[in-house]
Amino acid sequence: MRTLTSNLHFNFMGKRKLAMVFSITLVVLSLASLLTRGLLFGIDFTGGTLIEVGYSQDADLEAVRSALAANGFAEAQVQQFGTPRDVLIRLAPREGIKSSELSDKVFGILSKQSPGKVKLRRVEFVGPQVGDELTEDGALAVLVSLIAILMYVAVRFEWRFAVGSVIALVHDVTITLGFFSIFRVEFDLTVLAAVLAVIGYSLNDTIVVFDRIRENFRKIRKGDSEDVINTSLNQTLSRTLVTSLTTLIVLVALFVIGGEIIHNFSLALILGVVVGTYSSIYVASSAALMLGVSKADLMPVQKEGVVDDMP
Amino acid sequence: MLNQYPLWKNLLVVFVLAIGLFYALPNIFSQDPAIAVSGVRGAEIEQSVKDKVKDALEKSGISVKELEDKGSSMLIHFSSTTDQQKAQHVIAEVLPETVSYALTTAANVPGWLLGMGGKPMNLGLDLRGGIHVLIDVDMDAAIKDKVEAYTGDVRSALRSNKIRYLTVKADALGINVKLKDAATRDKAYDVLGNEFRNLGVESVDEGGSYLVRLTLPPAEIRAIKKFALQQNITTIRNRVNALGVAEPLVQQQGDRRIVVELPGVQDPTQVKNILGATATLEYRLVDTEHDAMDAKNTGKVPPGSRLYSVREDGRPILLKKRVIVTGNQITDAASGFDQRSGSPMVTIQLDSKGGRRMRNVTLDNVGKPMAVVFKENRVVGRDADGKPIKRLVEDVISVANILEPFGARFQTTGLDSPQEAHELALLLRAGALAAPIDIVEERTIGPSLGQENINQGLNSVLIGLLAVMIFMVVYYKVFGLFANAALLANLVLIVAILSLLQATLTLPGIAGIVLTVGMAVDANVLIYERIREELRVGSTPQAAIHAGYEKAFSTIMDANVTTLIAAIVLFSIGSGPVKGFAVTLAIGIVTSMFTSIVGTRALANLVYGGKRVKKLAI
Repeated sequence: MRTLTSNLHFNFMGKRKLAMVFSITLVVLSLASLLTRGLLFGIDFTGGTLIEVGYSQDADLEAVRSALAANGFAEAQVQQFGTPRDVLIRLAPREGIKSSELSDKVFGILSKQSPGKVKLRRVEFVGPQVGDELTEDGALAVLVSLIAILMYVAVRFEWRFAVGSVIALVHDVTITLGFFSIFRVEFDLTVLAAVLAVIGYSLNDTIVVFDRIRENFRKIRKGDSEDVINTSLNQTLSRTLVTSLTTLIVLVALFVIGGEIIHNFSLALILGVVVGTYSSIYVASSAALMLGVSKADLMPVQKEGVVDDMP
Repeated sequence: MLNQYPLWKNLLVVFVLAIGLFYALPNIFSQDPAIAVSGVRGAEIEQSVKDKVKDALEKSGISVKELEDKGSSMLIHFSSTTDQQKAQHVIAEVLPETVSYALTTAANVPGWLLGMGGKPMNLGLDLRGGIHVLIDVDMDAAIKDKVEAYTGDVRSALRSNKIRYLTVKADALGINVKLKDAATRDKAYDVLGNEFRNLGVESVDEGGSYLVRLTLPPAEIRAIKKFALQQNITTIRNRVNALGVAEPLVQQQGDRRIVVELPGVQDPTQVKNILGATATLEYRLVDTEHDAMDAKNTGKVPPGSRLYSVREDGRPILLKKRVIVTGNQITDAASGFDQRSGSPMVTIQLDSKGGRRMRNVTLDNVGKPMAVVFKENRVVGRDADGKPIKRLVEDVISVANILEPFGARFQTTGLDSPQEAHELALLLRAGALAAPIDIVEERTIGPSLGQENINQGLNSVLIGLLAVMIFMVVYYKVFGLFANAALLANLVLIVAILSLLQATLTLPGIAGIVLTVGMAVDANVLIYERIREELRVGSTPQAAIHAGYEKAFSTIMDANVTTLIAAIVLFSIGSGPVKGFAVTLAIGIVTSMFTSIVGTRALANLVYGGKRVKKLAI
């Protein structure tokens, strides 16, 4: 098993045009969907009320809908959640009553309809104002982390690498968001956290590759930039795949048995890890190459300034 | 010699691991649902009360797991939350008023461990069930109230200095005093400038009228906001304590929000009714010189007065604009019976400042009526943008005659029933908010869902961990075992640090741990791939190990620092669930650096270091 990747010489950079077409297609599709359809924001961002109830036997969704409609909640969205016994009800903010009292009213109606058989499992109410703030904070978090990372990579490596890694990150985030938009998967706070984690993860991958490229530029005398990058990608390929695999193993465990609430969270991470692995091979390095990174840019001025104290 | 750690490094690894194990230890003890019974304000409960509780529980047939008698209080453990719920009702019935009880969880952590600071992790509301509420304090109303109070003070300052004014009007940020000529204006300017040093005072000439304008400077506005927030936090804390919840959290968030977290509470309606009694109170004199009915019909309200209606029957009433005391100056209110007439009454206690003001006002106004105004913020509809339109609803809940001058302690009598007295006392006590509040976010998690979340979270950690460990052994053999040992040590360290920090573990937090497990092996993968490369180019096993660790180090550093940057940004900007995730992710990155670099190196050195090794099992 250990010779799996020991003598591989894939010509990654030779296929970078093909990869570029593939990436651009995905990004354009994602952007198109994001701009026209937008994201299906959860109540964390839109404001509103979400009520999860559990029945002692399989729930009759139609009965729940009609009971709510009969009591003036015709617009309530009723859906199954996880098991057939659990029901999720969503309500938009409404006039006339305090939003914080909505959940009490709805649960009152349901427990009247089937006394003793229904239990309140979860209520989430977010005011519209708080929702707006969370949206702003979320966008700010993505932006600030991108800038901080750009600066760190520019200082530790070189500006072309920094731009390359940020292009890869924007690529990953756009495609992950695009998936959520195209397939109408709900985007809530936990998914936002996942997207931010994807930034961290994808970057981790990219940095490892860049690190090797830098090392090889200084070590390998012959060959042009494309060759050096290819060699570096092949040398790190086995590590890239193994790490992605172990991360995916736990994410799949989380997705399958972690419960409904973090379902979308783990989905976003799985997507991000797959896209991030691909982008650290094709997007980040291609971008750096296209920006014209060369040996001269990375030759140490004097003694290498890298932290070298061994553990 | 190559690949041998000095003794201190090996000792460091052992030491860190030992400390980690020790502080992670409290978490393996189970936590029981429990009920704590204690006297109000720390008073001791009597033996007879304890016996009563024991008897009642025995009679009801609820199985009690353990009954801890702590002298002044008692802690009753149950084996399930269902038992705890049932017992709650049984206990509530037999307890006298001076004894309160609270639902809680009790860990069976031995005393010696607690004594050394060992505590289990806090579980977030999503794991243990409970209610989270975010409250917004209406700062505009707080400022408006303060401006109105100043308006009254300005009038009386002018009057006591015998300066005649045309009008004194308040607007959003200040007070305009209109005077008849420049000379009076200058005099008023001097007097007011002297008396209100904390306000901005300026004279303005506008279209032939002579004005003195008083404005609230930014420092004063900040002070008002800070006071309103602090006062509301105190009041809400008192209200929460009255609910009998164990370990409640009432905390400031930002500059106008308050977070309330009530673990284990299962009735959101009750909580919101008590927290959301978004009321403030004001004592004002009744304007008896003008006819209220007249003012209502003609719409002409005399200056210095305002039109209100009485809550019971809706009849109009004119009250003086000047507020005597506000609800936040009421320190206590209790219902009882008047000893002379036997009729129900409410005894009210004010703070010293309120008492002084009350004495000054009542001295001059014996025989005249005084009213209590109840102000509540209600959402009456929504505008086009979906933003709630709020209106301040104000009505008079009580009118009573001043029989004699009084100060900080006085009684309201003439109430119809003991029930009414009780309700008024409750309103007076609970109504002491400095500014109206509004619930802007609520999250309630039922206890069964909490338990489910714990189980699912733990299961996914365990299964994910197991799968990764199997993979590592198959792929890296002996070195895979080293990595696995590091992975377990890493988990122990994360739990230990979370326990030591008393950080709150939430479901996204568990997800953060799971992700760390996946990413923690990355450092080892990097090192081991390097070692394999070195072996391929013909290095000796010892040299390969050495070079593998050395060369991978800077890569690991760079990769982890960038992820750490993302985690720190998440923590500082994100809120709620995002924060929980960021905390475990950041801790995981730091601990995994230690275990997967220093820890596995110590093991590798122990097994291979300083010997003749022909082949590495990697």
